[in-house]
Amino acid sequence: MTGFFIRRLGQSIIVIIGVTIIAFFLLHLIPGGPARALLGPRATAVQIKQFNIANGYNKPFWVQYFDYIVQLLHGNLGRSFKLNQSVTSILSNEMPKTILLVGTSTLLSIVIAIPIGVIQAVKRNKVVDYVGTGASFFLYAMPTFWAGQLLILLLAEKVHLFPAEAPQGSTITQVLSQPNALVLPILTLTLITYAAYSRYMRSSAIEALAQDWIRTAKAKGLSSRVILFKHMLRNALIPIATLVGLSIPGIFTNGLVAEQVFNYPGTGLDFYNAAVQQDYPLLLGTILVIALFTILGNLFADLAYAVLDPRVRYR
Amino acid sequence: MTKAQESPINDGTPTLADQVIASDTDAGEAQVSGSALRMILRTFLENKLAIIGLTLVVAMAIFCFIGPLLYHTNQVNTSYNINLPPGPGHPLGTDENGRDVLGRLMVGGQSSLEIGLAVAIIATVFGVLWGAISGFFGGVVDTIMMRIVDTFLSIPSLFLLIFLAAVFKPNLPLLIIILSFISWLSPSRLVRGESLSLRTREYVKAVRIMGGGARRIILRHIIPNTVGTIVVNATFQIADAIAILATLSYLGLGLPPPAASWGEMLSNGVNYIYDGYWWLIFPAGLAIVVTVIAFNFIGDALRDSLEVRLQKR
Repeated sequence: MTGFFIRRLGQSIIVIIGVTIIAFFLLHLIPGGPARALLGPRATAVQIKQFNIANGYNKPFWVQYFDYIVQLLHGNLGRSFKLNQSVTSILSNEMPKTILLVGTSTLLSIVIAIPIGVIQAVKRNKVVDYVGTGASFFLYAMPTFWAGQLLILLLAEKVHLFPAEAPQGSTITQVLSQPNALVLPILTLTLITYAAYSRYMRSSAIEALAQDWIRTAKAKGLSSRVILFKHMLRNALIPIATLVGLSIPGIFTNGLVAEQVFNYPGTGLDFYNAAVQQDYPLLLGTILVIALFTILGNLFADLAYAVLDPRVRYR
Repeated sequence: MTKAQESPINDGTPTLADQVIASDTDAGEAQVSGSALRMILRTFLENKLAIIGLTLVVAMAIFCFIGPLLYHTNQVNTSYNINLPPGPGHPLGTDENGRDVLGRLMVGGQSSLEIGLAVAIIATVFGVLWGAISGFFGGVVDTIMMRIVDTFLSIPSLFLLIFLAAVFKPNLPLLIIILSFISWLSPSRLVRGESLSLRTREYVKAVRIMGGGARRIILRHIIPNTVGTIVVNATFQIADAIAILATLSYLGLGLPPPAASWGEMLSNGVNYIYDGYWWLIFPAGLAIVVTVIAFNFIGDALRDSLEVRLQKR
């Protein structure tokens, strides 16, 4: 087990280094390079040359990469020239709000997907199951932004239940102080994430139901409630750790779209605005941090799986 | 030659799938026989979801590509008939530039279907080659190639796409390349897994003994044997590409105007959401959902029919 942990950790570190290489490469992919990215399209050739010399962009690539890594290790992700703030401070301000949004909706979708998946597995190929499968197929095919629009149309415009705009404010307390406005963005993301999980939950529950220990429990005369919730659910839940781990990139992607639709002040909306304004340092810094979250989430999910399932033996 | 290549030991007991794939191959060359193909087709067509999916895709293609020939609309110039509700002359109303929504739905669908198909093909070809090579050579090559895949997978795709779209201001070919750039990862992982087990098969060893090189083995023996996985995955790739293209267009980072796309229609329609102009929100959204569901149905049915084929043997 310890060996597996160490190997898995090593793998993550390699991938993190890979992401820094990609981010570094992307910075140089911008036409005109980092100088153009920072000084803007109106910079003269002389200004660009001065900038390159002053910031070491005239050195060999590997030296530049090394400098870049040193800066990263000091927590310096560059400076957003549109917002005139360091990328680190922007991200540390916005990330908690994004985590609040995507975290809550992911948790909710798991909480919904589990009982529905179990019901579908028990009532397999009955009307309930078909309705559930049909609904999740439909939701799965729905673009996140359209789901958000429909919910606005339905619950904010037709029936004035919830505000269409997400809570505004720069701190997480300000956001939390308007729970009513949080409903629609969270509901949108919950439905979309539920659609992604429900199919797995159903098949995981069906598989667990077919196991020998379920038959043994039935033969012992245990009530179906005990069988379902004690024996079957616990085993059907183990893959959830892996499932959530694998879906982290998708969760951030949907989060970005929902933040844009509802004007939620988080990392995704900042990223979108940075793209529109060509604020490259903020774009690259966000990519780096989101990737880091994804890698750590995956690592954590894999380790949790190893701990949760005693049957899994790692060399 | 790496150590793993020389090892004659298989990774584990061959599964049913492996046996069937192996028995499908005459003298080592992978060829799905006529009867096997018919059997796949039959089980596929017996599947209700497959029929629904196929019908929807064909109907959507006719609607988008033949529709404009019968239903003429001007989708380039604007007019004063803005935001008309559905009525005579405009079955689905007009948008904020006075363009007919039904006609725009057809033209917008063309780019969605074309781009979806093109992305699926490019991403699949590249991903399959990457995965087959990685799995075939194993060892250090495999580790390096798969860590590259892992690295790209750890960056949420939309973030990378938005960055690339912001830098390059895509036109049609560029947009296809950018979308393919994030779509080749999943076929490469799937094919790599199969390639790892296929390379230890007897017929691959036989080819090697006869002097067949890596290129011949990969192109003529490994890739043809993963065709089932590839086709199923490619179907899902089309659905994913259409969905992500819609998102990108919605964010205003798709094709520049006057090009029409479903995502762009929704992106404009959202400005009128409080005016109750439902015809700017529902048709384009439904078109996306129907197309994505249809390709998912086909993919699911194809996977099932390939599995059934294995079971019937």
